Amino acid sequence: MSEIAFLGAVEIGLVYAFVAIGVFLAFRVLDFPDLTVDGSFPLGAAVAAVMITSGIDPWTGCLAAILAGAVAGLVTAFLNQRFGILHLLASILTMIALFSINLRIMGRPNVALINQQTVLTPFYGLGIPDYYVRPLVIFVLVIIVAFLVARFLASDFGLAMRATGVNAKMARAQGVRTGVHIYVGMALANGLVGLAGALFAQTNGFADVTTGIGTIVVGLAAVIVGETLFRPRTIVLALIGCVVGSVIYRVAIQFALGADAIGLKASDLNLVTAVLVAVALILPRLRGRKATT
Amino acid sequence: MLKYLAAVAAVGFLAIPAKAEDVTVAVTAIVEHPALDAARDGVRDGLADAGYKVGENLTFLYESAQGNPATAAQIARKYVGDGPTVIVPISTPSAQAVVAATKDIPVVFTAVTDPVGAELVKDAAMPGGNVTGVSDLSPLADHLALIKEITPDAKTIGVIFNPGEANSVTLIEKLKEFAGPAGYEVVEASATKTADVQQAARSLVGKVDVIYVPTDNTVVSALEAAVKVAEENGIPLYAGDTDSVPRGAIAAVGFNYYDIGLQTATIVAKVLKGESPGSIPVMQAEGTNLVVNPGAAKKMGVTIPEAVIKRANTVVQ
Repeated sequence: MSEIAFLGAVEIGLVYAFVAIGVFLAFRVLDFPDLTVDGSFPLGAAVAAVMITSGIDPWTGCLAAILAGAVAGLVTAFLNQRFGILHLLASILTMIALFSINLRIMGRPNVALINQQTVLTPFYGLGIPDYYVRPLVIFVLVIIVAFLVARFLASDFGLAMRATGVNAKMARAQGVRTGVHIYVGMALANGLVGLAGALFAQTNGFADVTTGIGTIVVGLAAVIVGETLFRPRTIVLALIGCVVGSVIYRVAIQFALGADAIGLKASDLNLVTAVLVAVALILPRLRGRKATT
Repeated sequence: MLKYLAAVAAVGFLAIPAKAEDVTVAVTAIVEHPALDAARDGVRDGLADAGYKVGENLTFLYESAQGNPATAAQIARKYVGDGPTVIVPISTPSAQAVVAATKDIPVVFTAVTDPVGAELVKDAAMPGGNVTGVSDLSPLADHLALIKEITPDAKTIGVIFNPGEANSVTLIEKLKEFAGPAGYEVVEASATKTADVQQAARSLVGKVDVIYVPTDNTVVSALEAAVKVAEENGIPLYAGDTDSVPRGAIAAVGFNYYDIGLQTATIVAKVLKGESPGSIPVMQAEGTNLVVNPGAAKKMGVTIPEAVIKRANTVVQ
């Protein structure tokens, strides 16, 4: 694996770290299985891309992407909380609706950003190669966001949100308004996914409606890889696990892409990726078993 | 390390008369399906004709993103890191990912319908930079002329396409531009995934006189589903690429993706010989092959005129 390929995998892994943190908030903190992310990822990309191509500052575009993602999360929470639609189904409804909405926002399936000003543009040309600049900038953003999320979850409001996820009945008995926490949590989770979409579009030069496919799978895989490796007992460790898990997942794909050297075909990519991630999950377990016997 | 050894060896053997230098061509497509695979094979065979043979002086790499743009982005980074002589991305998202990842390595894209709209090049005639390629915008006027010749009474054309595919949306826009003056009304049916193609085809029954399947990755992948509906309801089904005719379309005129691959290879060969991609204009896919399928026509209740069959380059039996 070349240096550029490795840093590329790290960069895309860091972009998807926002997805992993969002999925962690929904699935783990709120215990809300949320598939909205397959729609809110390209939604963030679409909103940012359209704003950037019409000359608006890319940071504003990112902010709008976060807000758009948050609204998508709110819609899912609304369908679930107000009308009692099963959380999985509510999120699927939002997800499929977003495909059409994303097409409306962009006006076409693909908006190019190759020649546009992005949040990364000011950092190019500082004498550091582009392939270092991208992961570095996104790493800084990930750290800031993870820090803010950790602070949020440690606040009174955040603690009540965690209680909502662990035992909603008990939380209500303690005077927690669980509905509000689900709304806020879902908005936050999908806002982060929207940010990931916006950053993906800007680092890769395009927003495409098909970029959402499988986002939830990638996010969940990252969360679980992180959990398996870190066995987190604290929120901070769990968030670090999300980031590391996401990067490991991408590095696994990068290894799988190089697997043709050992006689595998391009079409084996998904299988090889699955095997590598499975190995990453099984290895620590084997080690653990040895230690206990 | 091997690279350095090779370099040292090359310097050592400078005395030996020049053999064509070893080159690496890295190809990537967004997804694997018959047409895009044919384009890839065309590139490989076209390079062989130009004197670059796999196993001799050409290393030919290929990766498919399996339909996932994030994987396409990773493949782009891998290739840029590998530093091949030329990168050949097939389809719009793959091409955008590669072009965004490198400003130095020559890129020759192919099977991109609207390269200017996709910001791959600023100007098709004079690309500049490190990028050029082949656009696969269908010769839509020819397609409409063929439909008129075989089914002269048709007034409405049903089009099945995926509104999520940039290539197709460009095609449908252009088709509407041509259809009005030619006296046709266009009815759209969208299928966002292969599983929806049959339903989309059914939605056209009773509304249209003929069905036209453009070069859409989703619909072409599930062409048989549309063909089945067309046969059951006696609606003639035309295709935008000739590869689809043996699979059950009545007829198509234009290019096939293997030929687009060959055409792409001519540009790649130029770049390998040292020409700058920026000075090579973007080419339009060429090909005026007429392929007809009288058996399929019969099932859809149409007889292909004798004149058309005579003119055809290939008649599918």
